[in-house]
Amino acid sequence: MSSVQQVLAAGPGALNRLRRSVWRRPRHGPELAWAIAFVVPYAAVFLAFVVYPVAYGLWMARDPSLYRELIANPLYAQTVVNTALFVGLGVNVKMFLALLLSGFFMRRRWWIKALLPVYILPWALPSIPAFVSFHWMLIGEEGFVDSVLSAVLGIAGPLWFRDRWLALGANIVAYIWKWMPFWTLTFYAGRTAIPQEIYEAAAVDGASGYRRFAHVILPLLGNLYLVCTLLSTLWTIGDFTTVSLVSEGAPSYSTDVLATLGIHYAFEGAQPALGVAAVMSALPVLIPIVILLMRALQTRETQL
Amino acid sequence: MSTIAADARLATRTLSRARSSVRLRRYLRNAGTLVLSAVIVVWTLAPLYNMVLISLEPEGDVFTDHIWPRVPSVESFWGVLTQSHWYLEHFWHQFANSLFIGWMVTFFALLFGSLTAFAIGRMRIRHGWLVSNAALLTYVIPASFLAIPFYRIMQNYGLANNPWSVIAALVAFATPYAIFVFQEYGRSIPIEVDESARIDGASPPQIYLRIYLPLMAPALVAVGTYALLLAWNEYLYQFLLLSSKANMTVPVALAQFLSSDQSPWNYMMATAIIYAAPPVAIYYAFRRRMTSGLTMGGVKG
Repeated sequence: MSSVQQVLAAGPGALNRLRRSVWRRPRHGPELAWAIAFVVPYAAVFLAFVVYPVAYGLWMARDPSLYRELIANPLYAQTVVNTALFVGLGVNVKMFLALLLSGFFMRRRWWIKALLPVYILPWALPSIPAFVSFHWMLIGEEGFVDSVLSAVLGIAGPLWFRDRWLALGANIVAYIWKWMPFWTLTFYAGRTAIPQEIYEAAAVDGASGYRRFAHVILPLLGNLYLVCTLLSTLWTIGDFTTVSLVSEGAPSYSTDVLATLGIHYAFEGAQPALGVAAVMSALPVLIPIVILLMRALQTRETQL
Repeated sequence: MSTIAADARLATRTLSRARSSVRLRRYLRNAGTLVLSAVIVVWTLAPLYNMVLISLEPEGDVFTDHIWPRVPSVESFWGVLTQSHWYLEHFWHQFANSLFIGWMVTFFALLFGSLTAFAIGRMRIRHGWLVSNAALLTYVIPASFLAIPFYRIMQNYGLANNPWSVIAALVAFATPYAIFVFQEYGRSIPIEVDESARIDGASPPQIYLRIYLPLMAPALVAVGTYALLLAWNEYLYQFLLLSSKANMTVPVALAQFLSSDQSPWNYMMATAIIYAAPPVAIYYAFRRRMTSGLTMGGVKG
């Protein structure tokens, strides 16, 4: 969903501009009929495959007793903790490292320039092969990580998917590995958009290293960082693939997140309504994030 | 006299010391970036190396703890390409399914997206902004949250285990982005082009086909690549909606390997590498355009 993020990142401004032009010149007659005919195919897709599933999902999860059943199961509380850790740690560590690394890639050394195409490989790779490989690296003593541990350090590595915290950590690491390059490139683009004169002025004033980061880069990239973090949080709450392929929820569903728990309930437990309720219980978190995001986008517009 | 000479000597000494400390600092910084570069290379390539390592194992020798391929063998790649293992008996069929879904999603996202963007941006239909705003709302709800109701709906429509159900879902997710990009790109084409065509008597479909689409070619290529990769990388909907071996796509088949204990892992990794190769090639071919696309949306207001 990489490019999707830029839609929201640039959205409202574009739409406001559009709205002005719309009111200027409305059209009528046969042209209007054609215009409507052109919009109908997408409108039909939107109604049938977006609006209808949303409404159907809300209808499926309408019964309050579902939520009582959900909360009564200790698995749910555990899953909420896992989701909070997966999203909270995964997104924030990834974003912060991406911000730092974007500065690293700004340096003018030939080996750093050569490193960038290698570094974006995880982003270019489809998630399924990547996460299958992560699963296999950590499969146990025959996995690659434990083989390296025993060959280099001579110690027996742990059984990663037998321990809840190790398995959760593996999910987070795989997630960071996959998505950090994309956000690094985003921040890299943000840094290149900062006029060179500002860096030079800061250098003349004697700001370098940490002080340049704190007083020049953070204020200038702060809003971009906020918008990206909110977007990434939104997407990561709905992330199914990472957990479903890396730890597979092992050991015994203790590393599930809400997205995978919902699918487990619906397809292994044959309780689809409960599954929908499990994911819908994330709405109280999702909606404030969306509102915050809209606000952050608006302040960015007045800033620029 | 002597004090001045001593001062001068002291000054040169401090100067040379300062110079050498600058040199030392530069050297340390270079060493630091080199170490960091090495860490990044290892971090990035370890999972990829693991894929190659396992895929090069001869059959039956996968679970032995070594970190170099001892007897490198391309047997597994050959096995995937010739479908010689029973796990892979549908490989080319599944690969064709992935391609079919990818092309159909690309085609319909481009068609519906360009038609909608044309009507809203060029013909300036009343309330058009409402359509594009509503379309963007698609991205507010995570796709995985809609998977269960979507599955039920597809069962009601009689489209369970049918590639068209996956195509429908992915077109619904790809088109809002297409509309957005086409509108943004369309702004760079003067509306007078359409108007002069209209004065010459061209009907809206003619303007769309003869003028709009050719002028939009770069945006069509960019969005087409995006839609193709979206379909190629998607997993959840394909996993839920395609259940039979003949209708399955490669990612679903790959994940099925994981669920069995007797899977031939070398074949699994060879399949994974073969499946990952086309999108990686596309990314590197279009790398400049993709990063400039990022700057467009991510940075400009």
